[in-house]
Amino acid sequence: MSTKQFQHFQHAHCESGVTSNLLRHEGIEISEPLAFGIGAGLFFAHMPFIKVSGAPGTSFRSLPGSIFKRVTKSLGIEVHTQRFGSPQKAMVALDEVLDTGKPVGMLSSVYYLPYLPEAFRFHFNAHNLISYGRQDGLYNISDPVLEEVTTISYDDLAKARFAKGTPEPRGFMYYVKNAPADIDFKKAIEKGIKKNCYLMLSPPLPWFGVNAIFHLAKKIKQYPAKLTPRKAQLYLGNIIRMQEEIGTGGAGFRFLYAAFLQEASEILQRDDLKGFAEELTAIGDEWRNFAYSAARLMKERKSDLVSYDELSALLYSCAVKEKDFFKRLDQLKW
Amino acid sequence: MNEVPQDPKNFKGADKVKKLMYAVDKDGKYTGVNSAGWEAENTATRQVWDDVDEALAATEAQVKAGEISPVAYYMQKSLMDIALLAKYVGKWQWQVKRHMKPGVFSKLSTKMLEKYASVFNITVQELQSFGK
Repeated sequence: MSTKQFQHFQHAHCESGVTSNLLRHEGIEISEPLAFGIGAGLFFAHMPFIKVSGAPGTSFRSLPGSIFKRVTKSLGIEVHTQRFGSPQKAMVALDEVLDTGKPVGMLSSVYYLPYLPEAFRFHFNAHNLISYGRQDGLYNISDPVLEEVTTISYDDLAKARFAKGTPEPRGFMYYVKNAPADIDFKKAIEKGIKKNCYLMLSPPLPWFGVNAIFHLAKKIKQYPAKLTPRKAQLYLGNIIRMQEEIGTGGAGFRFLYAAFLQEASEILQRDDLKGFAEELTAIGDEWRNFAYSAARLMKERKSDLVSYDELSALLYSCAVKEKDFFKRLDQLKW
Repeated sequence: MNEVPQDPKNFKGADKVKKLMYAVDKDGKYTGVNSAGWEAENTATRQVWDDVDEALAATEAQVKAGEISPVAYYMQKSLMDIALLAKYVGKWQWQVKRHMKPGVFSKLSTKMLEKYASVFNITVQELQSFGK
């Protein structure tokens, strides 16, 4: 039985944050950027055929669950993951693990987390958090996006773990079973970078990777002709929120990934990675510029053709640069 | 680092959380910095909530005019759509749509009303009396 005190660190993003906090508890010093990079967390997807609260589905990160999975696999860490048929079973299983002193990661819906501000509580079902103990009917919660730890009641946690919709967490929980004494970050970093280049460059479909950035740039150009001003605003607003509001560390995870490349350059003693980090920071600034311009366009509440064209051009530039960036990153010799 | 925006949202408790952002310091090194918010992001957040509030006000008027049942109002208030609400109450979407007709709603069984009330986190009394 472990009696080690759980330590909470705030992070930008829920999944890389939970991964870092869970592994640090096992004595593995892994920062959030390192977890994000090894987990190949960076992505872009724009799927007009999937509507999320009325707007086309847009994502700046890879599939939920993939970061924790890749990091633990690459580092040779043994984990336990489980889904459940009922909230009761899911809570009993959680209690059993917590009572051994192990912190447990879980998927939840932000809508059912009363400790979060109302402004952020939508039906988003892939939020990661950690419980590290329970007492007097309350669960101790380490939510990586918060500065401090908090608590939640049994009923609220059960609801959050069994939220309905897409995806359904079905009580999904995960914890570290065994961590090796020797952790080889070098090999894992190389693997993570290769995987991320693959994710950004390879999908032969217009909705994923750098292709999707080009795709969205084209779409935005057509907004004034194809959408009512209100719809266009809603669509733009959704992109900005996915890029900036939903815990990305800024510029849709681009700054977080740049921080990873910088840390990787130190671990591997490679100056070329440092250069890549600086480049990605500059690309991230362009994404911020895009969001800033999009917000201004929304505020003015009129859609004049020129502005949407400009917006499309800003995004197009991001696409060209990211394509070139990942192509060269992919050609690194290891 | 001083370029990390600090624009408070002043909106629905959002300022309780100071998110962590990644930014470079004067030596070009990345560090985490807490941010109160950013104007661009705040605009997007407000817009989506304005939409919610506007739709909600319209539905409230419809309920009061007897055109639609309180199920429609509380569904929107809970930020759900018909597909999601149907999953929560364990019904087909067409059934939930029917329950939004005032005539059908007034004849719902206590059990069904309790189901809706529990999903909306209100009492049956509140559900039934809304808009009256």
